[in-house]
Amino acid sequence: MAYFEMCRLALKWALTKPPTSRYPFQPRKVIPGSRGQLVFTKDNCVYCTVCAKKCPTGALLVNRAEKKWAIDRLRCISCGYCVDLCPKDSLALSTSHGNAATSRTQEFH
Amino acid sequence: MNQEQTLEIIPLETLLDRVRGMRAKGYRLVQIGATRLPEQVEMTYSFDLKNSLANLRFHVPAAEARIPSISSIYACSFLYENELHDLFNIQVEGMSVDFKGNFYKTAVKYPFGSTKAPAAQPATAASTPLPAGTAPVAGTPT
Amino acid sequence: MARTVIPFGPQHPVLPEPIHLDLVVEDERVLEARPSIGFIHRGLEKLVEKKDYIEFTYIAERICGICSFIHGQTYCQAIEAIMNIAVPPRALYLRTVWGELSRIHSHLLWLGLMADAVGFESLFMHSWRVREQVLDIIEATTGGRVIFGSCKIGGVRRDIDAAGISDMLRKLETIEQEIRRITKVFINDSSIKSRLCGVGVLSREEAYDLGCVGPTLRGSGVAQDMRQLGYAAFADLQVEPITRTEGDSYSRCAVRCDELLQSIDLIRKAMSKIPAGEIEIKVTGNPSGEVTMRTEQPRGEVVYCVKANGTRNLQRFRVRTPTFANLPAVLKVLQGCELADVPVLVLTIDPCISCTER
Repeated sequence: MAYFEMCRLALKWALTKPPTSRYPFQPRKVIPGSRGQLVFTKDNCVYCTVCAKKCPTGALLVNRAEKKWAIDRLRCISCGYCVDLCPKDSLALSTSHGNAATSRTQEFH
Repeated sequence: MNQEQTLEIIPLETLLDRVRGMRAKGYRLVQIGATRLPEQVEMTYSFDLKNSLANLRFHVPAAEARIPSISSIYACSFLYENELHDLFNIQVEGMSVDFKGNFYKTAVKYPFGSTKAPAAQPATAASTPLPAGTAPVAGTPT
Repeated sequence: MARTVIPFGPQHPVLPEPIHLDLVVEDERVLEARPSIGFIHRGLEKLVEKKDYIEFTYIAERICGICSFIHGQTYCQAIEAIMNIAVPPRALYLRTVWGELSRIHSHLLWLGLMADAVGFESLFMHSWRVREQVLDIIEATTGGRVIFGSCKIGGVRRDIDAAGISDMLRKLETIEQEIRRITKVFINDSSIKSRLCGVGVLSREEAYDLGCVGPTLRGSGVAQDMRQLGYAAFADLQVEPITRTEGDSYSRCAVRCDELLQSIDLIRKAMSKIPAGEIEIKVTGNPSGEVTMRTEQPRGEVVYCVKANGTRNLQRFRVRTPTFANLPAVLKVLQGCELADVPVLVLTIDPCISCTER
């Protein structure tokens, strides 16, 4: 009977721990391999501008002459295309999503 | 993969007869699509029977396109025909339900329909100017 | 009694996405419904002029949030058919598995929304609690919960190793038990039956003539499932379309409940047969030609007409999504229904308006 099914579910979840976690008092469950924020390692970068050309949203700006690498965090969709293309392994996707932004500015490195 | 499909180019005058023939054989209407070529609009009507696809294609001039509606034969075609009118500026005569251009709310009227080069969507431009030597930014309209 | 026009939407607690219906009502009975869409029209078909065909995979995936993987997969399949690329078999199997996971999470989402629409909130919460477990599997294997980002032209971007496969199958056992419990409630509960049985009846001829697809068509008795075309790994895995004959909202709900279990079964079969090997093949050059590609989304048959002319940008990209084909059915069943049944009838086709309006 469906009525007993719902009673059983209600009783079970009244007695066991809830499936939700008490974030931020408990840390967030991290799933390895999750695509979060882009992480840039400045030392490896040679400013070849491939990542900026191929970025689907145009979130990356690379200036070879002045050796500047910038990202507009609000445009980045964490697709990881730049990570696949970078010839020098200077880009990676971390599992955390980073802090909230309050205005649309670029982050220069 | 068995995506068998046939493509047949038909003259516009025979459209209603061909569609009636499709209906009589038991085909269902899959989609009505249009492609904007420089001077013409290429219309494709797709029908399906038991997983095999039959396409009927014809061309109309882009400027003064008028085609008859098939909503008397396939009742569900009014949605496709209203979309054709709103995006391509194709006048469809005899639609069973006519939204008179109010089906889609677009920023630019007839986005695919203008005879000059396609008008750029009013994209939300990047707020910061691009430094020299950077890759072009293609803004997606939000 | 005079006729009143009641606006339904675009913001309504029961709608997942904005659609506007003007309901002409006389005395609690709806006489006709006039739709007005365009709230979420983003002009994605015109965007082919700006983005090249490889980047467009990301846009095709983002046409919809719920059925996103199969959009990306169909786009990649269309370009691969134009360019005659032979995708490695392991990639085909991985795409099938992710497509079926996408179908499971979409159907669980719909079951929750339907329970919410009839007022059964605790069942809604339980459906979405099970869905969270499915999303965890998806995040562990692809990196994203809803937008998978794992399909690319020529294959897939990520592999699932043997440990990942056994982990997925283990979690699917728990999920299957929970799904059986929840679907038992959907099928047998008397309050759900009284809200869904006999509501929005579409006979077999009406459903076929109105151009319905997916569970809407299968709930009325027509055995049509695009997975029988044999794309991806479905050439090796036989799919029997699940049908019911009554054609009311209850039978469409029952079809989706049974498809959940069918999808879990398909994932298990695919994982037992998955071959070893490469997951991608290198793609060079530009596409030239045209193709019409059809696949089965959770909501029905999606048609991609892709035309390329040898340049980096595609010439035409046309998507006909299943909700667009099911909309005439909603307008038909809304005529003559009770006002209280309107949420159930709008949800019964599983509307995905962002797909409809691209």
